[in-house]
Amino acid sequence: MHAHSATAEHPPKSGLRAFVARWVLTTNHKEIGTLYLWLSFTLFFIAGAMAMVIRVELFQPGLQLTEPNFYNQMVTLHGLIMVFGAVMPAFVGLANWMIPIMIGAPDMALPRINNFSFWVLPFAFAMLLSSLFMEGGAPNFGWTFYAPLSTTFGPPSTDFFIFGVHLMGVSSVLGAINIIVTILNLRAPGMTLMKMPLFVWTWLITAFLLIMVMPVLAAAVTMMLTDRHFGTSFFAASGGGDPVMFQHIFWFFGHPEVYIMILPGFGIASQIIPTFARKPLFGYRSMVYATAAIAFLSFIVWGHHMFATGMPLAAQLMFMYATMLIAVPTGVKVFNWVATMWRGSMTFETPMLFALGFVMMFTIGGFSGLMLALVPADFQYQDTFFVVAHFHYVLYPGAIFGTMAAVYYWLPKWTGHMYDERLGKIHFWSAAIAVNLTFFPMHFSGLAGMPRRVVDYSLQFADFNRISSIGAVLLGLTQLLFLYIVIKTIRGGAKASDQVWEGAQGLEWTIPSPAPLHTFQTPPDLASVEQANGLRT
Amino acid sequence: MSTTRNALGGKGRKHTIGLLALAAGMFGFAFALVPLYDAFCKWTGLNGTTSGRASYISSTGTPTDREVTIQFLAQAGNGMPWEFRPTQSELRVRLGTLATTTFYVRNRSATAVTGQAVPSVAPGLAAPYLNKLECFCFTPQRLDAGAEMNMPVRFYVSTDLPRQVHTLTLSYTLFPVGAKS
Repeated sequence: MHAHSATAEHPPKSGLRAFVARWVLTTNHKEIGTLYLWLSFTLFFIAGAMAMVIRVELFQPGLQLTEPNFYNQMVTLHGLIMVFGAVMPAFVGLANWMIPIMIGAPDMALPRINNFSFWVLPFAFAMLLSSLFMEGGAPNFGWTFYAPLSTTFGPPSTDFFIFGVHLMGVSSVLGAINIIVTILNLRAPGMTLMKMPLFVWTWLITAFLLIMVMPVLAAAVTMMLTDRHFGTSFFAASGGGDPVMFQHIFWFFGHPEVYIMILPGFGIASQIIPTFARKPLFGYRSMVYATAAIAFLSFIVWGHHMFATGMPLAAQLMFMYATMLIAVPTGVKVFNWVATMWRGSMTFETPMLFALGFVMMFTIGGFSGLMLALVPADFQYQDTFFVVAHFHYVLYPGAIFGTMAAVYYWLPKWTGHMYDERLGKIHFWSAAIAVNLTFFPMHFSGLAGMPRRVVDYSLQFADFNRISSIGAVLLGLTQLLFLYIVIKTIRGGAKASDQVWEGAQGLEWTIPSPAPLHTFQTPPDLASVEQANGLRT
Repeated sequence: MSTTRNALGGKGRKHTIGLLALAAGMFGFAFALVPLYDAFCKWTGLNGTTSGRASYISSTGTPTDREVTIQFLAQAGNGMPWEFRPTQSELRVRLGTLATTTFYVRNRSATAVTGQAVPSVAPGLAAPYLNKLECFCFTPQRLDAGAEMNMPVRFYVSTDLPRQVHTLTLSYTLFPVGAKS
């Protein structure tokens, strides 16, 4: 608080100390949002570099770059850091920046908890990454850390992984509580729940998912810890435990987790598409209900990750039908986005391109998910590159393109400058081509039988893997372009207007660009804003 | 912050505490899943868990002509210095009739070791139909250094075994008792 008022009201003390104090002690939601986004961006590149190691190794059959154990460490850390370090903090950063502005609140409800939940994260990932330099190497059991691979056979550094996950869990739960309390208590007068922007709605539901499943993950790693060191046998058959139970507990967390990584993306697409179609979102209510339905269903489908564990037929059928049911609310969403664009006055600025790429390619990932949901088919697909293709289609063009769409969409509001539209378009098209070049051939290598998490493979998969590797390197390069565009926009560029986008509606476009450090100290008068903007009521 | 309007009253506090309680509750729920999982497996016979107690012959039902194949598997678990294998790899048995097989063990270490066998039946749903009258898995077994023995299992398969089951696999894993694995 002291540092904060120093920057806001008094001339800052010069030098490094003031700079560090400002960012370490800040309780301002915009500054914390910025910290989250930069941390996420940094970890995105670190985990992306690991993906490059993986793809270069798989460029041709045989061992060329890494020894198998190091390859497994790369696969594990790439997954863990992308999930917990890149995607989740990016969405939390966007939530921090935008939710208070979008609901007309002066800040998050619990600013100091907000500061804490961010600053826990660099320590968590420093711990996780430090395991790379330890004797025995980093965790090498895959991001799903199945027992007994991670308990009996895990390297000594597994304990650092366990405490890292604990810290990430604390951060996520506190962040989620903050978001819910903010949304429930600090909305501007007159903003009823059913008037909230969809991004806020999807985050409200995501936050509930986080609070309900991150503690389950924390419990799972705690059981691992006591199994490893304190003589318990949660997952050890020798003491009456059961390794399959690990999978049940993990996926009870894991399936809601994958929706945690996509629901805010749904919200972002629902903000951007109406702006550039210049029409209100089609089916607002059904969007809200569909999001809630997806969140509910996510708790009763975890078994579809475990069809091959010897599950009885009745359970397989239950999980299969429940999983296929998710296609219904998801279909409602895709239909609503398409219907929003129908007869709209569409323009295709970079945020819109990324949002459209999101809708199209996420749907491809959704369809391969339906294929995997079918029990008889899943026995062929499971643990192959087909699964890798599936979840990268929902995560890369889904979660990551969604985040990039959001960054392009709100960057002018954050920095006060327009980004370079030509470079943005180049970024989108090269990323869209590269993402398909990388992940589409994985469908084929998977269907042909190539197992996932292998350092070497049979000769017949060589062509598909070569295409994937070339695509992956291109994809990595396009993200360097993204970094360049963001930095360029922060440093300068055409002045952005307050509304930024012609068709943009909502409270965030009523404040100046760049957004001042403090906004909505007095609650906005929603009625007059709506009148001025021609907002639908 | 001094100028921030302080809109967070008692309701926000209530929400915060409630949500923290929800998170703590979910942490506890994950641990509650462990006994729930065991209870569920015992109740349904899923996961190949067989009864740990001896059955009585009075409940076999009328013997039929239907035969099934029983396959036997044995493996010494982590840290178990015993040779452990079935003396017959499989057996054809008629439903409702008593059958006996033996498992061979030899202690390869230089000290006496006590072991406990953990049984598992595949397919899991057929587990409740495999009834053991006598099994070395009911109690821990102790072998002196270098000693060997054949351990018997007497069992029958109930006549009401579901139609679609033709082969059962009975598998044992031996674990050392009183030692950390």
